[in-house]
Amino acid sequence: MPLDRAGGEGAAVTSDSAVTSEPTAAAVAVRFQKVARHFGEVRAVDAVDLAIRAGEFFALLGPSGSGKTTCLRLVAGFEQPDAGHIEIFGETVEGVPAYRRNVNTVFQDYALFPHMTVLDNVAYALRIRGLGKAERHDKARRALALVRLEGYDDRRPVQLSGGQRQRVALARALVGEPKVLLLDEPLGALDLKLREQMQVELKELQQRLGITFVFVTHDQGEALSMSDRLAVFNEGRIMQVGTPEEIYDAPRNRFVAGFVGSSNVLEPQVADALCGTRGLCSLRPERVRLLAPGEAAAPEEVVAEGRVTSLQFHGATRRLAVALPATTLTGTTLHVTLSSALGLPPQAGATVRLAWPRSAMHAMDDV
Amino acid sequence: MADAALTSNAVERGGGGLRRFSDVLVTRPRLLLLILLAPPLVWLGVVYLGSLFALLLQSFFSIDEFSGLIQHEFTLKTYGELLQPANLDIILRTVTMAACVTLASAAIAFPIAYYAARYARGRWKALFYLAVMLPLWSSYLVRVYSWKLILAKEGILNWVFAELHLTWLLDVLLALPVIGGPSLSISYIGTFLVFLYIWLPFMILPIQASLERVPGSLIEASGDLGATPRQAFATVILPLALPGIVAGSIFTFSLTLGDYIIPQIVGSSRLFIGQAVYTHQGTAGNIPLAAAFTVVPIVIMGFYLWGAKKLGAFNAL
Repeated sequence: MPLDRAGGEGAAVTSDSAVTSEPTAAAVAVRFQKVARHFGEVRAVDAVDLAIRAGEFFALLGPSGSGKTTCLRLVAGFEQPDAGHIEIFGETVEGVPAYRRNVNTVFQDYALFPHMTVLDNVAYALRIRGLGKAERHDKARRALALVRLEGYDDRRPVQLSGGQRQRVALARALVGEPKVLLLDEPLGALDLKLREQMQVELKELQQRLGITFVFVTHDQGEALSMSDRLAVFNEGRIMQVGTPEEIYDAPRNRFVAGFVGSSNVLEPQVADALCGTRGLCSLRPERVRLLAPGEAAAPEEVVAEGRVTSLQFHGATRRLAVALPATTLTGTTLHVTLSSALGLPPQAGATVRLAWPRSAMHAMDDV
Repeated sequence: MADAALTSNAVERGGGGLRRFSDVLVTRPRLLLLILLAPPLVWLGVVYLGSLFALLLQSFFSIDEFSGLIQHEFTLKTYGELLQPANLDIILRTVTMAACVTLASAAIAFPIAYYAARYARGRWKALFYLAVMLPLWSSYLVRVYSWKLILAKEGILNWVFAELHLTWLLDVLLALPVIGGPSLSISYIGTFLVFLYIWLPFMILPIQASLERVPGSLIEASGDLGATPRQAFATVILPLALPGIVAGSIFTFSLTLGDYIIPQIVGSSRLFIGQAVYTHQGTAGNIPLAAAFTVVPIVIMGFYLWGAKKLGAFNAL
């Protein structure tokens, strides 16, 4: 797989990978079957089943300590599973050490070798394979061009900024043309602007190369914006796997609804009082609209009246907290996100009427 | 009323002289640094380097062979004397011993330091420090003399070899030319073993400190990029530990070069540099030659550091 692969080809890989729901064995890059990894009493990873498709940008999302990084380390070979089975492109990897796996990692702290220049860092994998100096430097320069870091060949890692180090780490991991690239919170140490820029670049790079990217993050925005599919982790288990849209629009349970974006979790009795029995429901705050005085709601809409208790300005949006009457709805507060373009919102204390489509209320597992 | 007092004074003024002085120091950190550094700088500059310079100066004087008095005229005569075969022999013997001791202590120290830096935690780490430092708390002379007993013909080592029916092995070892001798305590092997024992902590601690600063992720990264454990050691761990090894070897090498007690107590009667200096400045009163002998380790260490720098030993610093 050459590094400078044409853009169109890579895009084709990603678009068709999102269509099939149950991938065939050949199309699976990484497969976990009932994988467990315990550290003493702590079940870091507990009976995880997962199939990451070839050519996919896959995010492992979860709070710290949820097992996502341990999963990545199991793929890399830094950890061995206590139970279960792991395959990389159909090959069993239990007992195979990291240095025999065609998988490379971009480390959270970048782990650049401080005693080597940028070029030697990037060429490291090729030097280990015994390539000649000219050839490996040539390939390393191409990898650096790929991540748009040229002219820093002879610098040492300490002389680079955080963003530049990140690019070196990326080039170093890509130069050996791995079948799977693992990224462990690679953008965590960058400031906001740079992080947003790198999100776009990483996604483009992945589409261009067609390599499977497995990306660990605790930032739900990052996972939603970059990945083709993602797995949401909590306490060593996978809560839900799906495309960003699936996970955002149809969170399976309370944890996913709360962790991915923000959501109004409506208890069964509240959902019942609002629109008849639907069980535990999730309602995204941006699906709720404010009815103008005298405006009638559409037939498929649910209407509720409440009092504004707080108002926050977030630039593009405003967030309202609306307390529903305690008598009927046991003191529920609904969070509402309104576009700032809508003009002046009601003030705190005002009574408002809210409406949202019935379909925006998504039923969840009550766990 | 308290409120009024607070609002009227945005800045608290006054206070005693000491407080004023500390205010001055806090606002002028460079002055504080100067006051803190002046005494050690005077000590280092005048007493330490000054006496070294005076010593160097002595080596360019010579001794009058008839009167035994020092002639305060610059000459290279003493250095000519230093390069006589008998003296060159002493230098070569000492440097070879120092090199052997350094290599052996690096080889022994590395695994211990590696374990302590990467694996030992909590109680085990405390135990490591204790085990390495404990010998340093007891008297140097006592330790050297106990080694003389251990290595003696009637000593425990001979007894152990005899019990294991390996006395022949010891005899073969002692029959070796140059390094052998009548018993371990009267041979270069004995001198070497005692040097190794005495200076080992000075090698372990710097290596351990340098390994401590190598993040685990670097070793994982090298494995991730395809390096076998052996390659990871050669390309990542060893280069990063090199400043520590060099620091440790400066200790073991220069301490061996300068020591005169160990070779006097354990070993053959042939002189080492330290003993030569001791005899020349004490018994013979030939201070210029003693000074010239002292210059030898300084020059050797200079070349050693220069070579280490050329090899890139300090690149990781």
